Amino acid sequence: MQMPPLDPAILGRREEIVAALRAIVPGEGVIDDLDGMRPYECDALSAYRQMPLVVVLPDTVEQVSAILRYCQDNKVKVVPRGAGTSLSGGSMPVGDAILLGMGKFNRVLEIDYSNRCARVQPGVTNLGVSKAVENEGFYYAPDPSSQIACSIGGNVAENSGGVHCLKYGLTTNNLLGIEMVLMTGEVVRLGGKHLDAGGYDLLGLMTGSEGLLGVVTEVTVRLLRKPATARAVLLGFPTEAGAADCVAAVIASGIIPGGMEMMDKDAIKCAENYVGAGYPLDAEGLLIVELDGPEVEVDHLVARVEEIARGRGATTCRVSRDEQERLLFWAGRKAAFPAVGQISPDYVCLDGSVPRGRLVEVLAEMREMSKKHRLRVVNVFHAGDGNLHPLILFDANDPDELRRMEEFGADILRLCVRVGGALTGEHGVGIEKRDLMGEQFTEIDLDQQMRVKCAFDPDHLLNPGKVFPKLRRCAELGRLVVQQNRIPFPDIPRF
Amino acid sequence: MSGTIKPRDAGELRQAVEWALNEGITLDVRGAGSKRTLGKPMACDQVLDVSGIAGVVDYAPEELVITLRAGTPLREVEALLAQRNQMLAFEPPDLGSLLGGAAGEGTLVGALMGNFAGPRRLAAGAARDHLLGFSGVNGRGEAFKSGGRVMKNVTGYDLSKLIAGSWGTLAVIGEVSVKVLPAPDQTRTLLLHGLDDTRAVAALCAAMGSPHEVSGAAHVGDRTALRVEGVAPSVEARLKGLRDLLVDTGAAMEELGTLESRAFWKGVRDAAVLDASTDAIVWRLSCPPTEGPRVVSRIRSQRPAAKAFYDWSGGLIWLALPPSSDADHAVVRAALGPAGGHATLIRAPEAVRAAVPVFQPQSAALAALARRVKESFDPKGLFNPGRMG
Repeated sequence: MQMPPLDPAILGRREEIVAALRAIVPGEGVIDDLDGMRPYECDALSAYRQMPLVVVLPDTVEQVSAILRYCQDNKVKVVPRGAGTSLSGGSMPVGDAILLGMGKFNRVLEIDYSNRCARVQPGVTNLGVSKAVENEGFYYAPDPSSQIACSIGGNVAENSGGVHCLKYGLTTNNLLGIEMVLMTGEVVRLGGKHLDAGGYDLLGLMTGSEGLLGVVTEVTVRLLRKPATARAVLLGFPTEAGAADCVAAVIASGIIPGGMEMMDKDAIKCAENYVGAGYPLDAEGLLIVELDGPEVEVDHLVARVEEIARGRGATTCRVSRDEQERLLFWAGRKAAFPAVGQISPDYVCLDGSVPRGRLVEVLAEMREMSKKHRLRVVNVFHAGDGNLHPLILFDANDPDELRRMEEFGADILRLCVRVGGALTGEHGVGIEKRDLMGEQFTEIDLDQQMRVKCAFDPDHLLNPGKVFPKLRRCAELGRLVVQQNRIPFPDIPRF
Repeated sequence: MSGTIKPRDAGELRQAVEWALNEGITLDVRGAGSKRTLGKPMACDQVLDVSGIAGVVDYAPEELVITLRAGTPLREVEALLAQRNQMLAFEPPDLGSLLGGAAGEGTLVGALMGNFAGPRRLAAGAARDHLLGFSGVNGRGEAFKSGGRVMKNVTGYDLSKLIAGSWGTLAVIGEVSVKVLPAPDQTRTLLLHGLDDTRAVAALCAAMGSPHEVSGAAHVGDRTALRVEGVAPSVEARLKGLRDLLVDTGAAMEELGTLESRAFWKGVRDAAVLDASTDAIVWRLSCPPTEGPRVVSRIRSQRPAAKAFYDWSGGLIWLALPPSSDADHAVVRAALGPAGGHATLIRAPEAVRAAVPVFQPQSAALAALARRVKESFDPKGLFNPGRMG
């Protein structure tokens, strides 16, 4: 993974930069010794590591503003970091950049049940929001697997999803407002407790911008009332294709489940061994379908889903009998990634998105690729919205396996794009898929995105080396050669 | 205005923009033109009419997605979806009549350009939440795309969000892919009679905070309405739950069946229930739901003739004011108060729209950022110059 070359001038000014940061953030908020910086050397894409120039942990908006203004004035790069759970290297440090950790912004500022929203600082964990409101029967809908650790600010940066976004949407569909700091140090607020921010939807643009446009310092999230009832159905199939067919059939019948997850045979075994959720070990494909809502509706939908599944050859059909069993069914799914760690020294989790109707063929082709690259692949994913999470098993200490893993991963993501899908459904591009952006976008598409970046960060100082395969200077991108009278009057109907 | 240019396909669309760029010609970008009186008045050199680039490209009901060209009429899309028992869940309003034109004329892309959503906004999201991807031409005469046709896609910046609600000022859209959802079997409404605004909005907020999955929450005159949609047994159970929840209001309750409900919510969606006289100034305000009654009361204290109704649990206010030269914009925007929100001038004579901010004014930093974003798409200001003012 190539990162931009380090700037020796910046490295040479390290002492001066550290001193400037200490003038902004007193005490232990600036970490410049190797041991202290070690915890920040990677995020959850741990195959790639890099020590930052220096770590700074501000705890006020004024400090964030002063840090970014300093970076802008002195052309110093800066990498924002939430909880460091990015699976795409979104918060991986850069050697000549400050690492700006937002972990100290960890307070819930306001909960407004009447308007069904909460105002929180970006370092609050995803689960922390739901925990803060659960006694009143509310929750925050997006629930990435890392929800116990990942921060809301990181969720905004990555537009995080989760198992329930099929019905309840991603982060972008559950935000009402943010406060953010621009590279100039200016603090702006987008949205609030009302709906639809007015003006250009910069809130929508910021969500999923992977820390390249601004640093979020406050988030207003929408709260939802917990459904009256939720039941999970375990459906085991003798073939992967049967499970995938069932997914398409459920959606086609007009049912939008709260979640619809699929696991393949290896994933079932690992998860079962790890958690003991009662998964059927004889199944080649397992679906967990969650139906929520009023009890009568859930009963009605469970019966319809069972009928559809049996029609598609399901050999196991178990409905959770109580809340404890429902959580147990999910515990296996939520622990599936670490559980796979039992059968391989390392694994990488991919994140392609495909049309549901192409699932069967994509899974089959992935098996063929697995043979070609001589690496195993395990599938645990959000089947309902076609968001794949293939886990490629490898040994990071073997350079050849590392190389084959990268090639295998790239092949899978190219396949996703080829069938009409996307490189990433919810993990972000980061450094991981950066060099594959050309598979999905033309140079013009990418230039347009980079021009938007220039509107926020004209010197490419914020989270450099991420998302874009080839950086172009903003001055060059902005150049416009108007060719007066060069184009003949086009032959288009006129009135 | 020297005329209209009407491309027939995406290739001609790109050529038209390139030609305008090279000639230094500004473009009034239109689909059906049903919302052309909304926004700041513009003085453009040419109309760029995209209504000739029309038709459904691909509709995959089992994938919950439809791809169509910019000029495709909304009513055609809705009719096609209805054949497969699906819908545009954001419930785009038809403002044709309100804006002094005919009903049923607008395009789906036009609704997206204004990020307009109806009563189901509360439960299903705004127009922008349903735009999965688009292709179009930027102000440099380049054809580009963003997003795609799949439900989950975080590859690159989410430019679809920017495009939705941009009023055609960033790019000319050629094609969009939009998320669709199953239509509900049944639609029923619980009406409460005789609550004042404050008690009504409190009831709406209580209902929205209940597990009864309300998909419409409006207060019109002395009627407070809660919509419940879905399969029959579920609708029955939730209506009963809402009755029990709201029994303490003491209000007389009534239920509307599916057909009556549809008619009622269409009236709310299109602001027909505002019952504005033909010369009235019309505003649309978004605020925190519980603030709604305070906002209206501040306005009424200064403009007693104001008419208003609430949608979105109190968070959306439609307001009609007697004619004035400044649309009472200072009164209206001051009424939003410290809780914040935004007010859009939906209908006013051209001279009034030229004189006052149609869209909510922004802070200096935000306005400068928005200007840089505009320039990143359209550096020469070809598209709808000044429309968002």
